[in-house]
Amino acid sequence: MSKLVISAIGPASSVQDGGRHGAQRYGLTPSGAVDQLALAAANCLVGNELFAAAIEIGPFGAAFTAREGAVRVGLAGASRNADISARSVASDTSMTLADGETLTLGFARGGSFSYLAIEGGIAGEPAFGSLAVNARAGLGSPYPRPLQAGDELQTAGAGGASERRIDLPPVMDGPIRVVMGPQDDEFGDAPKTLFLDSEWKISATSDRMGYRLEGPVIKHLHGHNIVSDGTVNGSIQVPGNGAPIVLMPDRGTSGGYPKIATVITADFGRFAQIPAGKGFRFKAVGMAEAQAEARKFAELLRALPDRLRAIESFDLNIEALQDANVAGSAVSAIDAGTWQIPSADALAQD
Amino acid sequence: MAATLFPPRILPSGDSAITVEFSRNIDDAANRRVLALDRILARDPVSGVTETVPTYRSLLVHYDPVQIDFDALSAKLVALAQLPVPPVMNTRRWRIPVVYGGEHGIDLEDVAMTLNTTPDDIVARHVAGDYRVAMIGFTPGWSYLSGLEEKLHMPRRQNPRLLTPAGTISIGGVQTGVQCLAGPSGWHLLGRTAVRTYQLHRDPTFLLEPGDQVTFSAVDAKTFAEQDRAAEAGEIVAELMNA
Repeated sequence: MSKLVISAIGPASSVQDGGRHGAQRYGLTPSGAVDQLALAAANCLVGNELFAAAIEIGPFGAAFTAREGAVRVGLAGASRNADISARSVASDTSMTLADGETLTLGFARGGSFSYLAIEGGIAGEPAFGSLAVNARAGLGSPYPRPLQAGDELQTAGAGGASERRIDLPPVMDGPIRVVMGPQDDEFGDAPKTLFLDSEWKISATSDRMGYRLEGPVIKHLHGHNIVSDGTVNGSIQVPGNGAPIVLMPDRGTSGGYPKIATVITADFGRFAQIPAGKGFRFKAVGMAEAQAEARKFAELLRALPDRLRAIESFDLNIEALQDANVAGSAVSAIDAGTWQIPSADALAQD
Repeated sequence: MAATLFPPRILPSGDSAITVEFSRNIDDAANRRVLALDRILARDPVSGVTETVPTYRSLLVHYDPVQIDFDALSAKLVALAQLPVPPVMNTRRWRIPVVYGGEHGIDLEDVAMTLNTTPDDIVARHVAGDYRVAMIGFTPGWSYLSGLEEKLHMPRRQNPRLLTPAGTISIGGVQTGVQCLAGPSGWHLLGRTAVRTYQLHRDPTFLLEPGDQVTFSAVDAKTFAEQDRAAEAGEIVAELMNA
């Protein structure tokens, strides 16, 4: 067994996975990664099950050190500066930390959350089939709370597989699509138009329970109290102050505020990644379009392994090139064709 | 002649869940239909339905849009919701011990004062009630009970408390409730129970099911302390009256 030691980590970082399903009827919220595509990509890079537990890393920096053996990890999600022993590494790739080596991650750029999956998964005791942290319910393993510096994650150790990158489709840059309802009839036409036509920002006070939105006040027709009913990831509820809250995976399973609209499944991860303070808009779509997008998203997840590419030759050749230059040897030994293309690609991703 | 069951409202909760709404209000008849549809879906699963969440007035049905689309599932749910409400067989009846008042129920005196009666009368009325678990929600094991007698109805607190103890028994509006974990609450705290409606390493993890019947019994502080130790060790403590 090797272990990955958390050398440094910011708030909003915890072990998360595909979530804890089937007990919402008992008040147990699903939790799980806010960006399931990035979670799946990170796991895919190291050959894990797509929704296995990984480290969800919040917007701040972090550092992880391998101990008692090598640890192979996959990194996906928000882009950041990343290096291992001063060697720069790219997001959407796997990498191996030799015993004692540290992976250092900078602040998130163009997103909020990154996922670090560990080859062989994270050792822990599942509750309802999940290791996901739900701090309020005292659930999550190996630590039922956000990660802190000094925490250690046990793992099977690196199996010596060659490194991979994953070619993800470009992230869509348009508005966040919603299906109106279930309680859009609690709002008049003007507030609904205001909701759809305004620019919104995510408040810095947001968390895994809900993202608070900053923008115009959305007024209710009949007051803000309804008899509680069930919630989903992406429910947009409007409390008494008229400032919408988008419910996230640690939400209450029921809520007593009218829900004007719901973020579609295919856009939920993209929404979750919007950094606090950055402007965005919503766009209403019909059910047929939302479900077609949900099916496309499910197919994207299912076929992720087809998007893996080898980077072994690229890494070896770059090192060989540097070694060759340092040594003053002939560069002609390098086949330019094998590294120029991935090299450009890697730079674009960073 | 049996009254025709009106169709529920079908409300989209995004692309992967449907809210089947029987009423906009807290309504006993609507809650019975919610629980009936929940039982029907448990007995005869509809392919693609992944999870159901009953509430007072609606059933939230989570589903996988890869397996079934909105229109097909909506039509099925409307048809199933208008089937005659099946008789409830073998409803479980629980008796939950409560230590009322004092440090365990800090609002009992105020509630008695507001309702122009004595704390003993509040306790007697609360213990005499026959309740049903209408829904479980908010936090794990938080059980909302219907059947609170009208004399005990009172508005929630103006200022919700940020932290109330685990096991709190409280009243709010037309409801009474069993709260499992410590957490925020705007209800009036009458007492505490040692019963854990949610306990991770116990079988069953969740004690109460929506639809279960519940009554309360008054115990003294010493009994509560003993029961609390037993419950911590994994005992259920609540009595199943019709096992």
